[in-house]
Amino acid sequence: MGSFILRRFVVMCITALCLTFIVFFLTNLYPNLEKLAKNQGNFRMSDEAVATFLENRGYLQALPVKYGQWLGVVPGYVIEGSDGKVRGKCFVADDTIETAPMFCGILQGDWGQSTVFKDEVFSIIGKRLSLTGKLMFWVMIVMIPSALLVGVLAGMREGSRSDRSLSTAAILTTATPEYVSGVIFIVVFASSAVGLKWFKGSATSAMESATIENFLLPVLTIALYGMGYIARMTRASMAEVMTAQYIRTARLKGVSFINIVLKHALRNALIAPFTVIMLQFPWLLNGVVIVETLFNYKGFGWVLVQAAGNNDIELLLAVSVVSVFVVLITQLISDIGYVYLNPRIKVT
Amino acid sequence: MEFLSWGDIILRILAQLIPVWICLIGLFGFSIFYKRKLGLYGKLFDSTIGMIGFAIVMFWVFTGFFSGVFDLIITHDPLSQVSGMRNKVPGMPMRGAEELDYPFYLLGGDNLARDVFSRVMAGSTVVILIAPLATVFAFMAGITIGLPAGYYGGRLDIGLSFLANLILAFPVILLFYLLVTPEIRLTGMPQFMAVVLFAFPLIFAGVLINSRYHIAPKTRNALLFIVLGILGWLYLSIINAPGSKITLFNSIDLFDVDGGLLTVFVSVVFVNSPTVFRIVRGLAMDIKTRDYVAAAQTRGEGAWYIMLWEILPNARGPLIVDFCLRVGYTTILLGTLGFFGLGLEPESPNWGATINEGRKLLSVYPHPALPPSIALLSLVLGLNLLADGLREESLKD
Repeated sequence: MGSFILRRFVVMCITALCLTFIVFFLTNLYPNLEKLAKNQGNFRMSDEAVATFLENRGYLQALPVKYGQWLGVVPGYVIEGSDGKVRGKCFVADDTIETAPMFCGILQGDWGQSTVFKDEVFSIIGKRLSLTGKLMFWVMIVMIPSALLVGVLAGMREGSRSDRSLSTAAILTTATPEYVSGVIFIVVFASSAVGLKWFKGSATSAMESATIENFLLPVLTIALYGMGYIARMTRASMAEVMTAQYIRTARLKGVSFINIVLKHALRNALIAPFTVIMLQFPWLLNGVVIVETLFNYKGFGWVLVQAAGNNDIELLLAVSVVSVFVVLITQLISDIGYVYLNPRIKVT
Repeated sequence: MEFLSWGDIILRILAQLIPVWICLIGLFGFSIFYKRKLGLYGKLFDSTIGMIGFAIVMFWVFTGFFSGVFDLIITHDPLSQVSGMRNKVPGMPMRGAEELDYPFYLLGGDNLARDVFSRVMAGSTVVILIAPLATVFAFMAGITIGLPAGYYGGRLDIGLSFLANLILAFPVILLFYLLVTPEIRLTGMPQFMAVVLFAFPLIFAGVLINSRYHIAPKTRNALLFIVLGILGWLYLSIINAPGSKITLFNSIDLFDVDGGLLTVFVSVVFVNSPTVFRIVRGLAMDIKTRDYVAAAQTRGEGAWYIMLWEILPNARGPLIVDFCLRVGYTTILLGTLGFFGLGLEPESPNWGATINEGRKLLSVYPHPALPPSIALLSLVLGLNLLADGLREESLKD
């Protein structure tokens, strides 16, 4: 087990390195840098001005060098600019060459500066991630129990009328992307023109104090899309378990139906959905970006949109590191949990 | 002119869609009559869920076809703005309507005074065109890579699976934001990706024909010449565009694909193909242990023959089902792109962009955002139901 986790961890780090390098490559393409320069300086810069701007700030070094600097394995650049000012990657405020550290990459815990928010990337990510964490927590609270309940109810009597209607409902929710269900929810529950006006169409105030009024719609929007998929998986797994021999034996011995479902079938039926729930995280991230944009909730997804829209390289890299690790760690947990829940499988 | 009541609006919309109804009834009548002779497609008509799904999908296919090709269903030009019609409610008579103009905005006007009904209907053309085509390309790429990975296993499998997992670990939206920007288009990245991704159908067709007919060189050469000639020409026309990074083949360029459209297409294919790869790989690993594969191996058939002519046809059931689901997922992805204003021209009537436009004034004017949302929802739902019906029917065999 230990070597399995170790091996997975190594693969995870390689994946993260590859992916951040891809992000690094894409954000450092010249037209992107040009956009960055024009955003930072002014929009009417000439081509030469853009080039000197980038040159002075170390953007025009070779790609592997820049990547190494960002990682913290190559000494940060120190460039005497054409305007006579000395700039270095590791300079904070009024550091000079003597006082600034040699290396300043993520290995040293320095995530760099955001060019859009003019702030430390680390603190931005931390703050926004906690906001999104709050959103995700409530999404999980709503989504998992209801999805499992729907799945178990549908799967315990396969082919019955309740199975049919619940399955169709599950298909309906998987067919409704967040930007559709969000729009429909806002129109029905929050619109001032025709709606019921039960909830608010914006979750901005939920960042400080979340109430049902301002937080239910975003949570429901994300939860609904993931719910259908988990419910269908649970149903399939439950239906399979219910045809197993030991269930039939239990029935023939006269165990009541409720007891069969709760005591005999449930544990085995919940192995597959566990994996699915874990693998849902990357999808939920998608939903988070859409919902945070739609409901104006300034969390992690909102930062992603801002960073990508403005080519804020270091912020974007941090965002991708975080999201890649979320994806890979959930995959790891799902593998380990699968083994733990299902003693028939052994990791080799 | 008077306002239309909701009943009138619905009647007029139904009347506007008459060509679609005719085609749908014709198709269903024909299919149900001959359903015993039509294989899996015919069996679909035994399942209610599948029939409902198929009807919804075909409704949008016909709508997209008629409004895109014949200009039939839409009542106004989806791009033209009519003064005085801004954010007007459904059923509003058109101000300053000429003799030839359709006299109403059936579903109202959006915030740029364009007809919502026409935009939704015209948006179906984009989806009906791109989503299945992009899925086909993703399947070609996924199959061409997934079959050898599953069949050979070992190092090749480890390497290819790592690559696929790499792409899958990427959050889709981040990838879109990185790939689908005007700046990236300047560097020619989408075109280079197109060079790689669009080559897969060529490879696929070439290997498919060669592995089957290599014992009859004359037939093979003729077939290869015709098929690869046509596909190669299309391939060069797609990747080549005057004024971009690839202009080598300007002289034989058949058509130009809009840069934004190509970028969207390429990124959707890129995102979808690793998942297809995983499915195909799993199926190939399962099927390669079957007796008929062993028989073919004993006969001395080539590896590619076994993969493409023994394994692939026997994996078709799950693949067809997944194809339907994936077209739906691609539709959602296209909507997501439109929703974030990436890729296609912002004024083009694709559903995602229309929803995005409409959501800004959602709490005051809900009518511009709702119709495209429902349209997208119904198409994806139809595809999901269709997949469900197909799965049920193919399992009965």
